[in-house]
Amino acid sequence: MKENEKERFMPGHGACAGCGAAIAMRAIGRAAGKNSILTIATGCMEVVSTAYPLTAWKLPIIHSAFENAAATASGIAAALKHQKKKTNVIAIAGDGGVFDIGLQALSGALERGHKFLFICYDNEAYANTGVQRSGATPLGAVTTTTPAGKHDSIEFKKNMPFIVASHAGTYVATANIAFIDDFENKIKKALQSGKPSYIQVFTPCTIGWHINNNDTIRLSKLAYQTNIYPLFEIENGIIKLMENTSKIPIENYLNMQGRFKNLGKKEISEIQKDVDKNYELLKSLNGKKIFLN
Amino acid sequence: MKPKNKNLVFMECSEAIAEAVRLCEPGVIATYPITPQTGIIEHLADIVATSKLNAEVINVESEHSAISACIGAQATGIRTFTASSSQGLALMHEMLFIASGLRLPIVMAIANRTLSAPINIWNDHSDTMAQRDSGWLQFYCETVQEAFDTTIMAFKIAESNKILLPAMVCVDGFTLSHVSEQLQILEQKQVDSFLPRYKAEFLLNPEKPITMGALASPQYFTEFKKQQQEAMLSSINVIKEVNKQFLSKFKRSYGDGLIEEYKTNDAEKVFIALGSVCGTIREAIDEMRKKGKKVGLVKIKTFRPFPEKELLKATKKAKKIAVIDRAVSLGNLGPVFVEVKALLKNCKNDISNFIAGLGGKDITKRDITESEKFIGEKNLWI
Repeated sequence: MKENEKERFMPGHGACAGCGAAIAMRAIGRAAGKNSILTIATGCMEVVSTAYPLTAWKLPIIHSAFENAAATASGIAAALKHQKKKTNVIAIAGDGGVFDIGLQALSGALERGHKFLFICYDNEAYANTGVQRSGATPLGAVTTTTPAGKHDSIEFKKNMPFIVASHAGTYVATANIAFIDDFENKIKKALQSGKPSYIQVFTPCTIGWHINNNDTIRLSKLAYQTNIYPLFEIENGIIKLMENTSKIPIENYLNMQGRFKNLGKKEISEIQKDVDKNYELLKSLNGKKIFLN
Repeated sequence: MKPKNKNLVFMECSEAIAEAVRLCEPGVIATYPITPQTGIIEHLADIVATSKLNAEVINVESEHSAISACIGAQATGIRTFTASSSQGLALMHEMLFIASGLRLPIVMAIANRTLSAPINIWNDHSDTMAQRDSGWLQFYCETVQEAFDTTIMAFKIAESNKILLPAMVCVDGFTLSHVSEQLQILEQKQVDSFLPRYKAEFLLNPEKPITMGALASPQYFTEFKKQQQEAMLSSINVIKEVNKQFLSKFKRSYGDGLIEEYKTNDAEKVFIALGSVCGTIREAIDEMRKKGKKVGLVKIKTFRPFPEKELLKATKKAKKIAVIDRAVSLGNLGPVFVEVKALLKNCKNDISNFIAGLGGKDITKRDITESEKFIGEKNLWI
């Protein structure tokens, strides 16, 4: 098969130059394979890929609303089960449509055990509406609803993968577009597992994060190397950490982005401490069964 | 002695709707409890659990997800059903527009219940009237038999390739949903001969990928809505036709499928109403007629599409009209009244609005007979 025949998220979509989420969509299209049905929540990737009468998708896809990608996916999965068809069902949503407004529907669909994969493209804000704070926005990031000043985001990023892993019988993974093969392998693994699955993929937003268009992958790689976005899988309740030995200070990651430009030395050192603590915790858990499922 | 009719049963409305759904064989049913609808989904869960119907039951975590799951399943080419009431229907609100905009012929039963606050579990039409503009066909039922028959007709009407719009079958909460009546039930082969198998022309199919729920710019949006409106309007004839087919196959029908008239021929005063109160009004009319009062009833069975021509014709001879609304558009009057009044703007009849039966307040025969003198004279809250 020619390389471009594997592509199912096609050129011509309206994503910004350097969009991390669009890179994730391409990977989803490739890894999902032809026998897949997608549902996508309202958000950047829906808007840029389905402007009537055009579509960027060579897979069947339905968008219905913002908070209900998981519920729509349960309907698709049930319909396929009724027809005894073995087709992949993939729901796609941004972090707002997962961490915040979509959490209830996701929890319900996971708990019911539908065979589907939910992919969260995490650009750490409501990017489609102009970069407002979401439950995935990290500490210290400036957004249009947490502008610089006394309203800087003070909330920690919600630990969504662990919330998902608390649902029995799930496969959970974090991924990063800088490691595209790893991301695609995790998609394939999730689909083959036959379990309700969740992959959260790190996808920088050039406009929202105030980064250069050509820094998307460089920054993504740094997110892994600085341990601010660790890569791990939780399968059968056992966590497997993709260990990182680079020990690059968080400053290198933060300084590349305009959204963190208001942070002083003190705040940066506090973020470093949090990142270290979180990574040490993950390391101490590595290989252990941490969820009963 | 007449031979025993094995298909004549005594059944509660919730169960009758569930039985009608069973006969229509949906492949996916989304269930979420809310009073007074819960009986319908409980019966369906039982029907599926005892293998009387081969369907996937999804016990969703909210009504929003119930309708979303139906959207996903129907878009995959499967007939679907769900049921709701009141707050549940209100929670579905945004998805109702999406279901109709995606042209998915989902059928949903509604046990009508008012909306909070104050919280109240009893009947009025506030819930479905608030969804008037959502692009769903709306059928209101008077009896258990009508609820059973309308459920079957609703699938056929909604799925007609001229229409492809979702449909609500509304029964008054408790006042009808929990009432048991004599019911002439249909057999599977009878329903099979009436309702064709569901075959979606546009669906999510990896063999032939399409994009559903696309973004429409101002350049296209009006065209989408105009098409929906045309489908709604053309459903008038389809509803009449399906009602006729039902009559010829099963010897029952409901007016012309849109409205039903009772003693309107020589009526000077006419009530217009929807749902189970029509039974009470019929009795009150019989009683008033004995006293020489020329009173009649026009029952609106189909509220969406709004049966304009049929209502105009049915009210042509009436001097005075009262619209009984089991809901109120606060700051204006009853929703049905407002539409009827707009329709009759060039007619000579006097028309008034009786807001009645809110939050489960009984509408008695006496309420009807006593309000008769105010028809076309005065607006009342009963």
